[in-house]
Amino acid sequence: MLDVLKFKSPTKDTGKGKGRIDVNDVVIRFGKGADTHLAVDKTEVTIEAGEFVCILGPSGCGKSTLLNAIAGYVKPSEGAVTVDGDTVQKPGPDRGMVFQQYSLLPWKTVYENVAFGPKMAGHSRTESGSIANTFLELVGLKKFGDRYPAELSGGMQQRVGIARALANYPSVLLMDEPFGALDAQTRLMMQESLLEIWRKFGTTVVFVTHDVDEAVFLADRVLIMSAAPGRIIEDVRIDLPRPRSTDMASTPEYVKARQFCLDIIKAESRKAFENQNT
Amino acid sequence: MSTAVKPAAPAPKAAKAAPEAPRPPMTPPPRPTLASHLRALDWGHLGIVAASLGIGVLLWHIVTAINLNFFINFENVPSPAKVFMAFIGHIQTSIFWTHIGVSMRRILISFSIATALGIGIGLMMGRSKIARAFIMPYIEVVRPIPAVAWIPLAILMWPTEESSIIYITFLGALFPIVLNTLHGVQQTPEVLVRAAQSLGASRTAVFTQVVIPAALPSIAAGLAIGMGVSWFSLLAGEIISGQYGIGYFTWDAYSLINYQDIVVGMLVIGFLGTGSTAAVRLMTRPMLAWQKRTR
Repeated sequence: MLDVLKFKSPTKDTGKGKGRIDVNDVVIRFGKGADTHLAVDKTEVTIEAGEFVCILGPSGCGKSTLLNAIAGYVKPSEGAVTVDGDTVQKPGPDRGMVFQQYSLLPWKTVYENVAFGPKMAGHSRTESGSIANTFLELVGLKKFGDRYPAELSGGMQQRVGIARALANYPSVLLMDEPFGALDAQTRLMMQESLLEIWRKFGTTVVFVTHDVDEAVFLADRVLIMSAAPGRIIEDVRIDLPRPRSTDMASTPEYVKARQFCLDIIKAESRKAFENQNT
Repeated sequence: MSTAVKPAAPAPKAAKAAPEAPRPPMTPPPRPTLASHLRALDWGHLGIVAASLGIGVLLWHIVTAINLNFFINFENVPSPAKVFMAFIGHIQTSIFWTHIGVSMRRILISFSIATALGIGIGLMMGRSKIARAFIMPYIEVVRPIPAVAWIPLAILMWPTEESSIIYITFLGALFPIVLNTLHGVQQTPEVLVRAAQSLGASRTAVFTQVVIPAALPSIAAGLAIGMGVSWFSLLAGEIISGQYGIGYFTWDAYSLINYQDIVVGMLVIGFLGTGSTAAVRLMTRPMLAWQKRTR
């Protein structure tokens, strides 16, 4: 069995109450002059520490852009994002990122990939190694440490990606459609195992998806975004009990929550579709 | 609600029973030995190569034996046997080995300088837009100039014949190395850079841990191409100036109308070029081990 205490950073305070995100009147525009494209319209939202929040929206609505602003890859044109009161300026290890595409360094072994963050943080080789092993164990891939990423299946690579992001003891875990490229069964398993990891680790999770089922199953709150330009049009609290399992998909509460989100999403998708046709 | 909605998916219990299988298991490669190298050789492939070369030599023998003169004139082309005998004669003389040794030394020096400078310039151009804009025009203009065209100026510029030959050889190797390094740096997947940044990597760390490894396959290709081109250039340099070198040997044979030796020189150049390119590939292979296990 894994010792939950092992997931407390030896050096950093990652206790409860860390990882609050404030998105303050953020507007994101791309391009210059006449080619300006409004990706995210005035957005104001607060994500509490330790919350699991899904951002749900039709393709191209700007949900990934909003996530990238929290990560620090994109600078808001107006407003600001703060994490625990500090304004986000650039990407950093306090905000772990899991990408949709496979983003492990292909020339490093699985173990070296997970040890990379701790090493960058200045941990010694042995410390980094033991952190890497702890988190590989957490995602159930300790045996595969000396493999290269391409030797693993897609789901396993994404688990390594999660372990790698967590190895920095981030206060926030940002996930950009991380299971989008996986087959349906692997995806379900990954969702359950993500919830299990989150329960042990207790970090804030912001999870971007276009899949209603995924959002409802995972989240405490689902933020639904409008068609482009994106803004949050609905903040849905999902009160399904935890721990959750895929068996819940047929309970009336689940079906109701899902239907609610689905109706909003459908209206938005139709709008986006009609906009494209005009 | 009248719109058809797909029913909530029943809990797929089966998913748990079907654990994800990793791709075919890989055993870590054992330390290569001579025996394992021999076993690993693809004999079928080697057979085809041998047959191809055999047929080539046979055709060469036939056209010279019957003195074929049909548009292309083979009457003055020495037969394979004559060339082979000349070759056997030469390898017993020390001067022949001096020619080869001198050429190899020039290649080694020029190629080493080109590798160090070429990778350095390529990385610099890949990293900085200013450096790229500054250096690129020179590369574009100088690159198409053939090695032979450099000879007069090289002789005028450099203090010794040896240094002018090395300069010309170096130029040949330089451009493919620079351009491939630059290409490799530019090909670095953005998502890997972002991943490293979110893991706390500094600009320098992103460069050494992500950009350079991502560029390595392209750099290795550039080195192999550069090695081939440096042989072209070396021969141009040796033909006009110098007293030693396999290019000089070949040109000298032409001046003396010694047909067998011309072909001996050509073939030796061919094999040395192939051999040194293969050596470059072999030396860069350990850096690309991850790529091999990936495929």
